[in-house]
Amino acid sequence: MNTRALFKIAKRLGFYALTAVVLVYAIFPFYYAVITSLKPSSDLFRMELWPSAPDLANYATIFSESSFVRAIGNSVLVAISVVFIALLLGITASYALGRVRFRGRTTVMLTILGVSMFPQVAVLSGMFEVIRALGLYNNPGGLILSYTVFTLPFTVWVLTTFMRQLPMELEEAAIMDGATPWVTITRVFLPLMWPAMATTGLLAFIAAWNEFLFALTFTLTDSQRTVPVAIALISGNSQHELPWGPIMAASVTVTVPLVILVMIFQRRIVSGLTAGAVKG
Amino acid sequence: MTSTVSDNSVSDSPTPQRADTPSADRTGYRGTKVRRQRVRAAWLFLTPMLLSLLIVAAWPLLRTFYLSFTDASLSDTTGGMFIGFENYLVHDDGAWYGLLADPVWWTSVWNTVYFAVVSVSLEVVFGIIVALLLNAEFKGRMLVRAAVLIPWAIPTIVSAKMWAWMLNDQFGIINHLLMLLGIIDAPLAWTADADLSMWAVIMVDVWKTIPFVALLVLAALQMLPSDCYEAAEVDGIHPLKVFFRVTLPLITPALMVAVIFRLLDALRVFDVIYVLTSNSTSTMTMSIYARQQLVEFQDVGYGSAASTLLFLIISFAVVIYLYLGRRQLGVEQ
Repeated sequence: MNTRALFKIAKRLGFYALTAVVLVYAIFPFYYAVITSLKPSSDLFRMELWPSAPDLANYATIFSESSFVRAIGNSVLVAISVVFIALLLGITASYALGRVRFRGRTTVMLTILGVSMFPQVAVLSGMFEVIRALGLYNNPGGLILSYTVFTLPFTVWVLTTFMRQLPMELEEAAIMDGATPWVTITRVFLPLMWPAMATTGLLAFIAAWNEFLFALTFTLTDSQRTVPVAIALISGNSQHELPWGPIMAASVTVTVPLVILVMIFQRRIVSGLTAGAVKG
Repeated sequence: MTSTVSDNSVSDSPTPQRADTPSADRTGYRGTKVRRQRVRAAWLFLTPMLLSLLIVAAWPLLRTFYLSFTDASLSDTTGGMFIGFENYLVHDDGAWYGLLADPVWWTSVWNTVYFAVVSVSLEVVFGIIVALLLNAEFKGRMLVRAAVLIPWAIPTIVSAKMWAWMLNDQFGIINHLLMLLGIIDAPLAWTADADLSMWAVIMVDVWKTIPFVALLVLAALQMLPSDCYEAAEVDGIHPLKVFFRVTLPLITPALMVAVIFRLLDALRVFDVIYVLTSNSTSTMTMSIYARQQLVEFQDVGYGSAASTLLFLIISFAVVIYLYLGRRQLGVEQ
């Protein structure tokens, strides 16, 4: 009896120890970035888990650079536009795919699934041509256009899942009242779709905010870049003199809004992820 | 493939569908007029999306295919001359040239496959462990679940930079800790050393994507029937045995979805590696190779050929997967 109780306690302790390890593993790198960003450059080489003389000098440095501030503006513009376009096109398409039975629906669904799976590099040179032909090279517009390729498929996919789960009776009632499909969407379904739209919108926002390959390739000058590219291109005098303080300050600045959003919408994100299994 | 799939059975996710899903169009039977109107509206609603996908996906993809048969370069906008398969393979003056004869290309293919297999395997193992942890009842479980999501929320570039700093050879905390514990006696150049850099890259990718796998697995775990477990407990069966005999088979569908999405991501990996090790050959993947040819060497034709091959490899993986896993994705009833 006694050994059994001991065994139980040991099991409990092991469980909490494992939980602690997972927690530290998940959080530590971000925490370390935060404390590094608060250190003056003279303290960078000192290993400590709490900055002895925290200051905001690194943040002052990055925000005094107009190109970084511009990059944040570009990222906000691009991400919000992408969310708006993806939701606009996604909501109507998801009604068609989720609630109407028609020939060719399976083909459309599989096409969308296929687009969500193909590698971005595969469209890189073709997209370059399209963007240049439209005069959108080195312009946030080119990024908004090209991000459609990876946000639209999963927005449609996830919204279709949600659209299917809405009760039949609502739509029947709307049809009995003589509502056209457009009225049904905007007046009956849209008010019910807000939670789903918040989820997919947030996922699209995160995807657009984080995108790197297109942003790196389709922009040329500092003033047109988005934040991931701006951070990747921060450089010092040489490989060994990277300004780690400002880099970490910029990293934290870009990440904090996302972490807060993810914490708030945590439950919804989980359901959205499982419905769409989108890339992070 | 589509001909074998019945029309009303496309299901979009591993989550269970409501029982009324197959009859989602019950209203359609009310009258042919309403039905016709709905089908017409459906196509009208799909048009903007299909048009956008045509502009951003289908057309660029076809142009990439075409450009791979030309000598187009980034600096001239005329699109280059048609040169057939020369970008892929050409016999000239007793030697083979082209992508298929380039050892660096084959190194990048090997690196990509190695990276994908190793990191996805690690992610699946750790993802399941974390999911089992989060599935247990304990105080502060929601808090832990939220915290575990943090790596997923961090932009890939930022996580690569954060780890580059932690792995820094001179001031990195990882070298510092390893030396403190006596595991190494001199700092390691994690991202510069050819033997270590692939592991550094895998380490960062695994850290970043465990939450994704864990969440998919957790969602599956939470839908498992509890009576199996009660029966197993009554019979006194060892928990490990229960896991391998009951839990694992039941979560396999969710696991397959996670694996395919991660595998596809890993095969097209670009950003983590570009930021951590730049264009180093020891970690070069197919995406990095293609972009380097395309942008840095300005060779659009050759780079497009590499992109096309990458596309073919990934399509091949998708087709095999869809074939094997039709039931799991719910495409076929």
